[in-house]
Amino acid sequence: MTIETATRAEPETAPEIKARKPKRRRATQVQDTRVDRIFMVGVYALLTTFLLIVLVPLINIVASSFSSPAAVSGGRVFLWPVDFTFIGYKAVLTSDAIITGFGNSLFYAGVGTLVSVALTVMIAYPLSRSELVGRKVFIGGVLFTMLFSGGLIPTYMVVRALGLLDTRWALILPAAIGAWQVLIAMTFFRSSIPGELYEAAQLDGASDLRFLWSIVLPLSKPLLAVIALMYGIGQWNSYFSALIYLRSEELYPLQLVLRNILIVNNTGGTNLADQMAAEQMADLMKFSLIVVSTVPVMLVYPFVARHFTKGVMLGSVKG
Amino acid sequence: MTAAVEAPTAATVRERRRKTRRRNLRRHWQLYVLLVLPVAYFVIFQYIPMANNVIAFKDYNVVQGIWGSPWAGFDHFERFFANPVAWDLIRNTLMLSLYGFLAGFPIPIILALALNEVRARFFKRTVQMVTYAPHFISTVIVVSMLILIFSPRIGFMSDALGFFGMDSNLLADPDAFRSVYVWSDIWQTAGYSAIIYMAALAGIDVSLYEAARLDGASRLQKIWHVDLPGIAPTVVVVMILSVGSVMAIGFEKAFLLQNPLNLSQSEIIATYTYKIGLLNADFSLATAVGLFNSVINLVLLLAVNTVSKRVTGNGLW
Repeated sequence: MTIETATRAEPETAPEIKARKPKRRRATQVQDTRVDRIFMVGVYALLTTFLLIVLVPLINIVASSFSSPAAVSGGRVFLWPVDFTFIGYKAVLTSDAIITGFGNSLFYAGVGTLVSVALTVMIAYPLSRSELVGRKVFIGGVLFTMLFSGGLIPTYMVVRALGLLDTRWALILPAAIGAWQVLIAMTFFRSSIPGELYEAAQLDGASDLRFLWSIVLPLSKPLLAVIALMYGIGQWNSYFSALIYLRSEELYPLQLVLRNILIVNNTGGTNLADQMAAEQMADLMKFSLIVVSTVPVMLVYPFVARHFTKGVMLGSVKG
Repeated sequence: MTAAVEAPTAATVRERRRKTRRRNLRRHWQLYVLLVLPVAYFVIFQYIPMANNVIAFKDYNVVQGIWGSPWAGFDHFERFFANPVAWDLIRNTLMLSLYGFLAGFPIPIILALALNEVRARFFKRTVQMVTYAPHFISTVIVVSMLILIFSPRIGFMSDALGFFGMDSNLLADPDAFRSVYVWSDIWQTAGYSAIIYMAALAGIDVSLYEAARLDGASRLQKIWHVDLPGIAPTVVVVMILSVGSVMAIGFEKAFLLQNPLNLSQSEIIATYTYKIGLLNADFSLATAVGLFNSVINLVLLLAVNTVSKRVTGNGLW
C-alpha cells in the first residue's frame, strides 16, 4: 500500500520539478543575441522545408492509394484521398503475380538473412580473435573486396558454372556476405566482449565454439539485430540479381514483379471502354502496390532506426 | 606473448613465436573450422570472379571455356574505344557521378549542422525519423514514385513544373535525366547520410563549446570554428569514399530510369555492360568494359587517399 501511494504521488510532484528546471538552465546559459535568434529561425525554416520535401511525395502516394481510379487518373489527388475507397488494395491483393512475389520475397529475405548472418558471424568472430594465425591476411582479403570486385559478367559465369542460374540460391549465395557487415561485426566483438570473460570461460574448460555460442552471441544481440536487418532489408529491396539470374516468373521476388508492373508497364485491355477502365485501375493499382510493398520495411523501420544509427557508428570506428 | 618474459636473442624469439603459433593452431582449431565456409564464399563468389576477368584479354567462347579460349590481347579494349559510344558512356558516367557528388556531398553536412543546433527534442526527432525513412525504400519503388509523380497526366509535380513554365514531362527529357537522378538520390539518402556527421558532432569535446561561449562566439561562429573542424576527419573520409567511387555509379537506378527518349544521357558504363554482356552475350567485350571501369575506380580511390593523407593527414588506412 505504502509503495503504491508513493509511486502514485510521484507524477504530481514531477511536473513542478520539470517546470522549474528549464528556467534555471536558461538563467545560466548565455542569452542568444539577436543575430543568433535570426539564425535559429533560418535553421528551423531550413529543416522544415527539408521535412516537407521528404514528406509530401510520401503522403501523396498514400493518399492516392486510397482514392478512386478516376480521381487518380485525372490527377486530382494531392495530400488527401479523393472518393475514399479500398478498391486499389483489393485489386493488388488479389493479383496472383503480386502474391507469389510477396511470398518469394519473404522467403529470400528470411532464408537469405539467416544464411548471411550465420556466415558473417562465422568469419567475423575468428577474425576478432588476436590468437588467429594469419588474421591480417584474412582481414585484408575481406577488405580488398570493398575496393575491387569481379564485375557483372565474371560473377555471372561463376553462378552459371555452379548451376545456380534460375534457382532460388542464385539470389542468396552470390551476395551472402557483405564486407561492411563483417567489419561491423568484427569491431563489435573486439570492443564489447571483454577479454576477461574469455579467460574465465577458458578456465572453466569451455571450447571456442562453446564460448561463441553461449557467451558471445547472447551478448551480441544488438549487433545481430543490426546486421540481420541490413541483410534483410537489402534482400527485400533488391531486384538486380533476380533480373540477371532468374528466368522463371514463379521465382521472381516482389521487386522484380513491381518493376514489370510499375516501370515496364504490362497492362492491356480488349475494347476501348474496357481499356479506359483498365488503365484507370492500373494507375490506381500502382499507388496501392507501392504502399503494400513498402509496408513490411516501414513496419520494422521504427525499431530499426535506432539500431541502424548505431550500426553506422560502429562501422565508422576505424581499426 | 611469452617473448617478453626473458630478454632473449632474435633466434629464440622467432623459435618461441613459432611454438606459440603451433600451440594456437592446435588449441583453437575450432576457429579455423568456423572460417571454412565463409572463406569458401569469398574464394568462390569474390576471388574467382576477379580471376575470370582474364576473359577480357581472350576471345571467350563457351566450348573452350575460360582458360581454353584463345588470347586476344587488348583487342576488346581497342574495340570498345574505337566505338564512338565509348566516350559518350564515359562522359555520361562521369558527369552523373560528379553532379551527384557536388550536389549531394554538402547537403547531409548542412543538415547535420542544422539539426545539431536544434534544442526542441520533438522537432529534432521528427525531422530525423522522417528524413531517414526514404533510405529504406527500394530503388524500384523510388523510380516508380518518380514516374508517377512526374507523369503529366497523374502526377502533382508535373502540375507544379507546368506552373513554373517548365517542360512538364521531365522523365522523357534527356537533359533532365541527371537532375532527376541526382535530386531523387538526395531526397532518398541525405537524411541517412547525415547520421555519420551527427555522430561526429556528438563526439566533439564540450569544453570547446564552453570556451567559444565565453569568448562570445555567435552560433554561426561556433559552427565555423568548433563544429566544422570537429567533423573534418569524418568529412575527409566520406569524401575519399565518394570520389573513389566516382566511376562505380550503380546500375540499378539508371537502368530503371532509362527510356528510349533519354538514352543519350542515361546510358552509363554499368548499364552498357549489362546490355552487351547479358543481352548480346558478348562476354569478353562486357568484361573488358567492366574491368576498365573497376581499375579506374581503384586507381582513383588510391590516388585520392594518398593525396588526402599528404594534405590533411587523414586517410582510409
